[in-house]
Amino acid sequence: MISIQAENITKQYGTKKAPVKALRDLSFQVEQGELFGIIGPDGAGKTSLFRILTTLLLPDGGSATVDGFDVVKDFKKIRQRVGYMPGRFSLYQDLSVEENLEFFATIFNTSVSENYELIKDIYSQIEPFNKRKAGKLSGGMKQKLALSCALIHHPSVLFLDEPTTGVDAVSRKEFWAMLKSLQQKGITILVSTPYMDEAALCDRVALMQNGAILSINTPANIVAGFGRPLFGVRAVNMLPLLNDLKVLTGVEKAYPSGIYHHVVMNEGGDSGLLRNHLDKELHKELEIVALQPTIEDCFMELMQ
Amino acid sequence: MTYEKIIVAENLSKRYGDFVAVDSISFDVRKGEIFGFLGANGAGKTTAMRMLCGLSLPTSGIASVAGFDVYKQNERIKQNIGYMSQKFSLYDDLTVKENMRFYGGIYGKSDGFIKEKTNFILDHLHLEKEGNKLVKSLPLGWKQKLAFSVAVFHEPQIVFLDEPTGGVDPVTRREFWSMIYEAAANGITVFVTTHYMDEAEYCNRLSIMVDGRIEALDSPAALRKTYKADSMDEVFLQLARKAKRSGD
Repeated sequence: MISIQAENITKQYGTKKAPVKALRDLSFQVEQGELFGIIGPDGAGKTSLFRILTTLLLPDGGSATVDGFDVVKDFKKIRQRVGYMPGRFSLYQDLSVEENLEFFATIFNTSVSENYELIKDIYSQIEPFNKRKAGKLSGGMKQKLALSCALIHHPSVLFLDEPTTGVDAVSRKEFWAMLKSLQQKGITILVSTPYMDEAALCDRVALMQNGAILSINTPANIVAGFGRPLFGVRAVNMLPLLNDLKVLTGVEKAYPSGIYHHVVMNEGGDSGLLRNHLDKELHKELEIVALQPTIEDCFMELMQ
Repeated sequence: MTYEKIIVAENLSKRYGDFVAVDSISFDVRKGEIFGFLGANGAGKTTAMRMLCGLSLPTSGIASVAGFDVYKQNERIKQNIGYMSQKFSLYDDLTVKENMRFYGGIYGKSDGFIKEKTNFILDHLHLEKEGNKLVKSLPLGWKQKLAFSVAVFHEPQIVFLDEPTGGVDPVTRREFWSMIYEAAANGITVFVTTHYMDEAEYCNRLSIMVDGRIEALDSPAALRKTYKADSMDEVFLQLARKAKRSGD
């Protein structure tokens, strides 16, 4: 069954003279129970898309449904069944942890006890700070409270807009573990992120840039579709190495990527070519390894 | 090999009531290096950085930045450093050129210097046509690169970068880092925080803070070796998981 369906969605801001196209003919589908990622940098249009699907913004063109309901006509029904965690912390800062949760439960005509089971794993981590004002919570705790509030009415679809931006690597891992366990409880999750490494944790991902989707696929298929030889190259002095790699024949592009420089070669290119053309005197302790592309490599390829 | 030390901190601490935000950290940064300052949210990075920038007085310990004492000479420190963060960098309602004139003026640069430098930066970033546009109309990636250029506009000895690449696309992130390399090659010391572990690899040395203390400090390669890890991500996880306190 399809949980989210978007067809040719467009959204434009700005003036007629200087329009800003936030979404350009965007179409995609999310299956029920799927953990679907929207991966893209700041300004790609992710938030506009989320706001349209959660009925907080009207699209200029196209149509979309969530749980079978139209985002324009049936907006009230959608609001009852979706949970939304916006990118910016938007709980009541001067209400306590407990009061925030009760407030959201009451709005949805339910109670904290009724759905406690669903949020227990997440909420129990902040329960010791029940009486603390939400504005005084740490970043990680705010995030957990926001997720609890978004879940308290047991939504069938959860929209998470950049829940891990500015969050450190450890907390990011914990957050994704929470998402996996929510998915196992049957909740469909649409999550956006600028972190390419998080894409690998989704069932499918849409790579988004400038208001358009560049590609939709499973992480494995995206990586498999890279289709060019990729090598990791390192030496003692990385900066001159990069400059040399960039101008080498047979090299499509070279860019730093952690320990190694990633070198994308033209089809059929091999490590021998790199080895023969790089000056061993200049590049001491030269090391060349064949690499599996990451989602980030694929995204950079698609961006052009 | 001896190095000229441009930042020195010894047993530097900052307490807020009972809470020890920065717990007796000691380290130094060498002139011209790219120094990564890593840590989980709430580890104390921002507090430490604010002390080094002369914005917050330490509770105890000693520190000097560019040769100036953080207690007594914090105004001198501010003149000799540049600062850029993801949250605040440029004035959205000013044009690109106005931002440069504003920052140049604040640092007491002459009109001639400001004009020349502005032209140089716009030319260098290929933004000649954007000089008179409002900053808010520019894409994030351009803003970030521009913000960096403005942070080093007055040619400081050190530039502090607080998560400068958050949310930016992978291509722009790399372009940003080539600007960092360039600044370092021109003799500017770079002090940078990031949540991207691939970027940690680009630093000459880096420290990892856990619960207000510096738990590790070395070159990326040496840290990987010490913690028997294949990547900096692993090193970071090993260390940060020991944290007792949470969030920021």
